[in-house]
Amino acid sequence: MEFRRFRGTDQYLTSSALESAVNCALALERPLLVRGEPGTGKTQLAEAIASGLGLRLIHWPVKSTTRAQDGLYVYDTVQRLYDSRFGEGDVKDIRRYIKYVPLGNAFAAPDRLVLLIDEIDKADLEFPNDLLHELDRMRFVVNETGDEIVARQRPVVVITSNAEKELPDAFLRRCVFHFIEFPDKELMARIVRVHHPDLERQLLDQAIKAFYAIRDTEGLRKRPSTSELIDWIAVLRRAGIASVELDAGTPFLGALLKREQDLIAFAEAANRGRRPRA
Amino acid sequence: MFVEFLYELRDRGVKVGPQEAMSIAQALRLGLHKGTLDGFYETARALCVHREQDLDAFDRAFAHHFRGVPDEAIALTEELMEWLQQPKSRRELTELEQQLLQRMDLDQVRQQMRERLAQQRQRHDRGNRWVGTAGTSPHGSGGTNLAGIKVGDAPGGRGALEVAGERHFKDLRSDVTLDTRQIEVALRRLRAFVREGAEEELDIEGTIDKTARNAGELELKLRPPRRSNLRVLLLLDVGGSMDPHADVCERLFSAARRATHFKELRTLYFHNCIYGRVYERASLMRGIDVLHLLQDCDPSWRLIVVGDALMSPWELQSAGSRWSWTEDSGAPGIAWLAHLAQHFPHSAWLNPEREISWYGTAEIIRRVFPMYRLTQDGLLEAVHHLMRGGARR
Repeated sequence: MEFRRFRGTDQYLTSSALESAVNCALALERPLLVRGEPGTGKTQLAEAIASGLGLRLIHWPVKSTTRAQDGLYVYDTVQRLYDSRFGEGDVKDIRRYIKYVPLGNAFAAPDRLVLLIDEIDKADLEFPNDLLHELDRMRFVVNETGDEIVARQRPVVVITSNAEKELPDAFLRRCVFHFIEFPDKELMARIVRVHHPDLERQLLDQAIKAFYAIRDTEGLRKRPSTSELIDWIAVLRRAGIASVELDAGTPFLGALLKREQDLIAFAEAANRGRRPRA
Repeated sequence: MFVEFLYELRDRGVKVGPQEAMSIAQALRLGLHKGTLDGFYETARALCVHREQDLDAFDRAFAHHFRGVPDEAIALTEELMEWLQQPKSRRELTELEQQLLQRMDLDQVRQQMRERLAQQRQRHDRGNRWVGTAGTSPHGSGGTNLAGIKVGDAPGGRGALEVAGERHFKDLRSDVTLDTRQIEVALRRLRAFVREGAEEELDIEGTIDKTARNAGELELKLRPPRRSNLRVLLLLDVGGSMDPHADVCERLFSAARRATHFKELRTLYFHNCIYGRVYERASLMRGIDVLHLLQDCDPSWRLIVVGDALMSPWELQSAGSRWSWTEDSGAPGIAWLAHLAQHFPHSAWLNPEREISWYGTAEIIRRVFPMYRLTQDGLLEAVHHLMRGGARR
């Protein structure tokens, strides 16, 4: 069987292991479960797959109150009541009031597309299990009309999860899994280059050095991630800063450390580091 | 080589089964490994590992298994396909997996066991390959393999008692360990829904009814959303004889903390027995009077006490706490416990110790609180009891 392989894009650098995992998911038509620290580009991966394969992307952000049903369709009762009151439209036709939402849309679409189920761990404990059937069979029934929606082309399903909650075994078994590791300095330099192509070498090296030193500070509640480094560099350049030294007076630390305790912890660590030299 | 690798993974705690084997076979047939060992590594990892905690185990298994192996990945495919046609062993299978595999040949297993025993040199527990105890290999004692052969319990028990085909299967996991997810699932049942608070949800039935009564003039009816109304008070015994159970208590605590369906959860600590005070910190700092606590928590709260109920008898019967001289609660421990049990009709005591050690003080406390073991089964029973309305024994 032939399938289109994924090789990353200009905007998204992949590792060979990540490509393998994506290709496994594509070939076996299984959902791809991506986990990793926040800010390591889990969501961007889905965008990259979509643009790399030239497919449309449907984004379904999961919230704490999301139920599996919410991803399939909604029945707009209020609109129907409204129409019946004001005599607009054909109220008898219940199908007019069934609206497909992300998962339902992905199934109903005529062409293959990429469906991103973002941050699945945010929802209720049973949410992944409730989705199993739909994802497995790629079909569902609209209760109000009895219509069965069957996916014409199995969408490429990408599921992201922060490593916070344990997901059910039955769900895990059906997914191809990839854990996005935090990039090393070399890969990080390449990633930054993608976002800031004309960045000066000196600033790049200094910023990355400072960034990893900050990440290694003990006692941080939330360690800064790739996206925060990219933002930080953008701020530095906007402010016309050409070189950064890591100390308590490092400019725009707020772009990297977002919690007050973390800023304090870092300042203390920086002071401790300086004292022996003085 | 391939099958051995899957067993190696299982030995190291990566739970792979026929489903993973089939997936890999399919992936290899599609050429996803690009004919290289590196490609095979990446493909197998994506399919066999389901959580990042297992990545390290996978790497170690892979390094151990394929050390010095040249690029023979293509040969792997054929071997795997062959294996799938004649599955040699069955592990704990789900119904789906049952369908995937045929029942295995008993003679084959016997033969295999003889070979294994010949290779094996030492005692082996909890693996899935060697003959031993508590594992998932088809051979050994106290294991979970459905169609395995039981090796007698006596030392050197070669006179194997064959119980293959008979379901002496027992899910050891639900009996011994409790992971956070299992606790979360059990605690999920602890809920009671009511409609309370701001009216922000459209009541469709009510709207239709009102609209009809209003001669077709649209009239919306709103109602408060359904929310869980359950309040839980968790009292944890800390220190001393509870130290060996700190791990499971920790997991229970974090699962309870994460449960979003409790309206309110209060966790307080005590040491050995409850006297006049319980504490906000595990270090027994910041005490709260039990009588004040009872004023705050009305009888609708669910009370869960976690403790081994082991103490010296006079701790139950004397008025002061043994470990604090300054504290005189005015009543013996058992009176405080009875008072709590009386105040909260829905209460349960979870004991991390086995039932056989529930004697002495535990026996007395058992008469006051319904006692359950802190295992998956016990927790489910306790939750069931808490929801039922707490009929006293």
